[in-house]
Amino acid sequence: MSLALTEAPARRWRLSGTPGQIALALGLAAFLLAFLLVPVGSVIYVAFTEKGTGAFTLINFADFFRTDLFMRSFWNSFYVSAMTVVLASIFALPLAYITTRFEFRGALIIQTLGFVPLIMPPFVGAVAMQLLFGRNGSVNLLLNEYLGFRIPFMEGLNGVIFVQAIHYFPFILINLSAALRNIDRSMEEAAQNLGSSGMRMFRRIVLPLAMPGYVAGASLVFVKVFDDLATPLLLNVKDMLAPQAYLRVTSIGITDPMGYVIAVVLIIVSVAAMWASALALKGRDYATTQRGGGGLAKRRMRPWEKVVAYSVVALILLLVLAPHIGLLLLSFATIWSYSPLPDGFTLDHYGRVFGESSTYIKNTLIYASIAGGIDVVVGTAIAYLVLRTKLVGRQWLDWAATAALAVPGVVLGIGYLRTFFDIRLPDGTPLATMWIILVIALAIRRLPYALRACYAALQQISVSLEEAAENLGATKPRTVRRIVVPLMMGGILAGFVTSFATAAVELSATLMLVQSNADAPLAYGLYVFMQSAAGRGPGAALGVIAVVLVAACTLLSQYIIDRNQKNTGAAR
Amino acid sequence: MIRSAALAATLALASFTAVPAALAQSGTVTVVTSFSKDVTDPIKAAFEKATPGVVLDVQNRNTNAGVKYLDETRSNPQADLFWASAPDAFEVLKSKNLLQKFTPTAEGIPDKIGAYPINDPDGYYFGFAASGYGIMWNTRYVDANELPSPKEWGDLATAPYYDHVAMASPSRSGTTHLTIETILQGEGWDKGWRTIKEMAGNFQTITDRSFGVPEAVNSGQVGYGIVIDFFAFSAQGSGFPVKFVYPTVTTVVPANIGIVADAPNAENAKTFINFLLSPAGQEVLLEPSIRRLPVNPAVYAKAPEGYPNPFTDPRFKAMTMFDVAKSGQRSAVVDTLFDQMISFQLDDLKAATKAIHEVDAKLAAKDNAQARALIEDARALIAAVPVTEEEASSEAVRAAFSGGKQKGARQAEIEQQWATFARDNYAKARAKVAEAAKLAN
Repeated sequence: MSLALTEAPARRWRLSGTPGQIALALGLAAFLLAFLLVPVGSVIYVAFTEKGTGAFTLINFADFFRTDLFMRSFWNSFYVSAMTVVLASIFALPLAYITTRFEFRGALIIQTLGFVPLIMPPFVGAVAMQLLFGRNGSVNLLLNEYLGFRIPFMEGLNGVIFVQAIHYFPFILINLSAALRNIDRSMEEAAQNLGSSGMRMFRRIVLPLAMPGYVAGASLVFVKVFDDLATPLLLNVKDMLAPQAYLRVTSIGITDPMGYVIAVVLIIVSVAAMWASALALKGRDYATTQRGGGGLAKRRMRPWEKVVAYSVVALILLLVLAPHIGLLLLSFATIWSYSPLPDGFTLDHYGRVFGESSTYIKNTLIYASIAGGIDVVVGTAIAYLVLRTKLVGRQWLDWAATAALAVPGVVLGIGYLRTFFDIRLPDGTPLATMWIILVIALAIRRLPYALRACYAALQQISVSLEEAAENLGATKPRTVRRIVVPLMMGGILAGFVTSFATAAVELSATLMLVQSNADAPLAYGLYVFMQSAAGRGPGAALGVIAVVLVAACTLLSQYIIDRNQKNTGAAR
Repeated sequence: MIRSAALAATLALASFTAVPAALAQSGTVTVVTSFSKDVTDPIKAAFEKATPGVVLDVQNRNTNAGVKYLDETRSNPQADLFWASAPDAFEVLKSKNLLQKFTPTAEGIPDKIGAYPINDPDGYYFGFAASGYGIMWNTRYVDANELPSPKEWGDLATAPYYDHVAMASPSRSGTTHLTIETILQGEGWDKGWRTIKEMAGNFQTITDRSFGVPEAVNSGQVGYGIVIDFFAFSAQGSGFPVKFVYPTVTTVVPANIGIVADAPNAENAKTFINFLLSPAGQEVLLEPSIRRLPVNPAVYAKAPEGYPNPFTDPRFKAMTMFDVAKSGQRSAVVDTLFDQMISFQLDDLKAATKAIHEVDAKLAAKDNAQARALIEDARALIAAVPVTEEEASSEAVRAAFSGGKQKGARQAEIEQQWATFARDNYAKARAKVAEAAKLAN
């Protein structure tokens, strides 16, 4: 058994790349170049040009640092992201720990429910949150009536932190759970044999070993919140960076470089955050050699532990699922205005969306599953090249893919139109109007999620397993196929689920690239409904359909992970 | 594990074969619109029934994104029509040569609605419905908080409305931009900005989407909203407890449609415009989920009781004459001023306004001339604008926002200047009010 926290020994065989690895790296570079760097570059080069002459300049960046609004936005974004990580960790840690460590009835359901917040469809999610937690939402109306005060859940920066933490804590939960499941049971047993138990064992053994998963999740939450514009915009908070970039890029008649300057700043901060998280894990080895034991030993809880565990889990779930409860109510509501509950209930909204939703559902499933598929393939490949080879510049693949997180959807959408619109298909239709371009845009936008998950999964696998396979005569591709990928399966599926679930509700790039109703996904349908008073109910109904659908797919993949682990466990 | 990988692969493969068919057959007409499904669905249904064989394909984008989209795709247009409310967006499209000329066949449509010409005089776009601007409010909210019913813009600036009003940002919403321009043109530059800032001091929020305002009023998150009329009418039509009023200084402007230059289905596009302007097309606008004012006066005969009729109602005749050219010249400047002085400094503006309301209440009980004078100073500081009306339309300032070829001041520099001007003024105003508060005790 390798020691957990020592310097990783230098491995000579890593020093050079095989032709296959080089080809793979070049292929990935070409993919990122064509679908990320060139389209985005075609839009953001404006940030580096001088007004009037078009010459190269950095004056726009100087303007950025001289403008009070931008500096205030920068620090606000920083504060909100950091605090969201804290709050999201508070939600995620107990759920992940209790469900992976103890025999807990319905752990599968709870973990699935833990994913559901990620599937908060745009617009409707925010409307539902306002109806529950807004200034005159159900909670505050009741508080005000009976106790005479209100709580500003949804106001200002704290409102953004509250909503973001509810929305994105699954990133931590998913990655942490995957990491906990991957910890070798014998580590724990060794600790117990040596007399450690309880919190001490958790702090000294379990948590450090799960660190790659936690850091992967936490850094994703940080960057995602830093770059997210939907939540601040819907809460009408404008002095944060991502909304500032968006507001500038999408206003008519303003050919203003500042929007793109902010986009560049966002990209730099995202890459820096990812780099810092990699640095935090550097020089330590998280890999364990024994596999297939099904992760941590599950303990039976003592009665008082049960009570505590169930109450904590119930409380967190109630809070993080509140938006969906609100959404469900809204989808059945007749009129819901300035009252704790709707005036009445009806099934009409479902009737109205029933006929049209089948196209949207079909498109969403197709687009999100292909996008998720592309993501895990590319993510696994990049993680493998970065962690297992010494190819020159392999780190750049990681950084480029990560930068995608920070590219505003609108910028990517416009970049795709600029890059691919003039490439004509044989029948004269532009390439940019093909639905596959939309899928690639979704895949690029979600690639960082899958990449982080695959990366963390691979970090936990000891290289000696591969070395053993190679010593026994397996070729490198065969080793990857038969040893590495199967061992990474938990992480890969976690990556697929995150990409799939979030791609299914992506809107900003979609809105630029959707060419017709027949090609439109669910998020677009929601957007179209949510522009009018009469469309609120049907929009919510469509939102519920989206959530149920994506949750069902998530449940399915959870079930597959679970069954696989049981099978491998039994076969051992 | 292998089975799950196989499952994922099958899913991906299955999806490749079930690709949604691209629409390439003739007999379609594609429209880019900012209108919601509730507007487009009934019109689509009526059009497809009246013109068998032609399918109306609706692409929903907000106005700005729609303009950007048409601009980006001009080398090989895929859309046939652009259909939206804000006349400004059509001016932008026209100036970029993204629209084509056409003469509709419809009869009985007058030249003007209120004081506003219905069609583009050069024939590039056509009004099909009219809308005015005003104030909507949630009656349950207003009753529960015992608040008054407003009549004029100025009412919203008074103390009872503090923290109860919402509006969209004019830089994000073409219709809100027109509301601001209407006030500036109706009351004059300086007085207009004063009215706007005094109202804004009472805002609870400034939204980034036009529909954000009616949504907040409908759900009761906010009491009053500054909106375009049909948001209120269609909310009423859907059963929400809301009311609406047109203030005296308002305008009624047409919502428009125009044919995209080099449209692939130009013939069908013409057919659609002719249908939309025909009595059959105009009647669809009366549906409860749409509730826009038709531009064909004859259609009002079929309107429900109490439906506003801009052709007979004397209020509409007296409405402000709206100068599109003036508005177009300075639109970026007006929007930027609003954002720098109000949107991004709302907390400071609200704090100063609240302090003024408080001192006013004390002075009403016990007058003090010196305190009153200080309050007037504070009001003047808040109302001040860093540029005059002439400067706002001047070439020098406009060039900074147009991305023009000439070198000159950069937009970011000017914005920072304006923001600093407003911030310093609000701080000075609060100092004056604090002084007045001491005197008023």
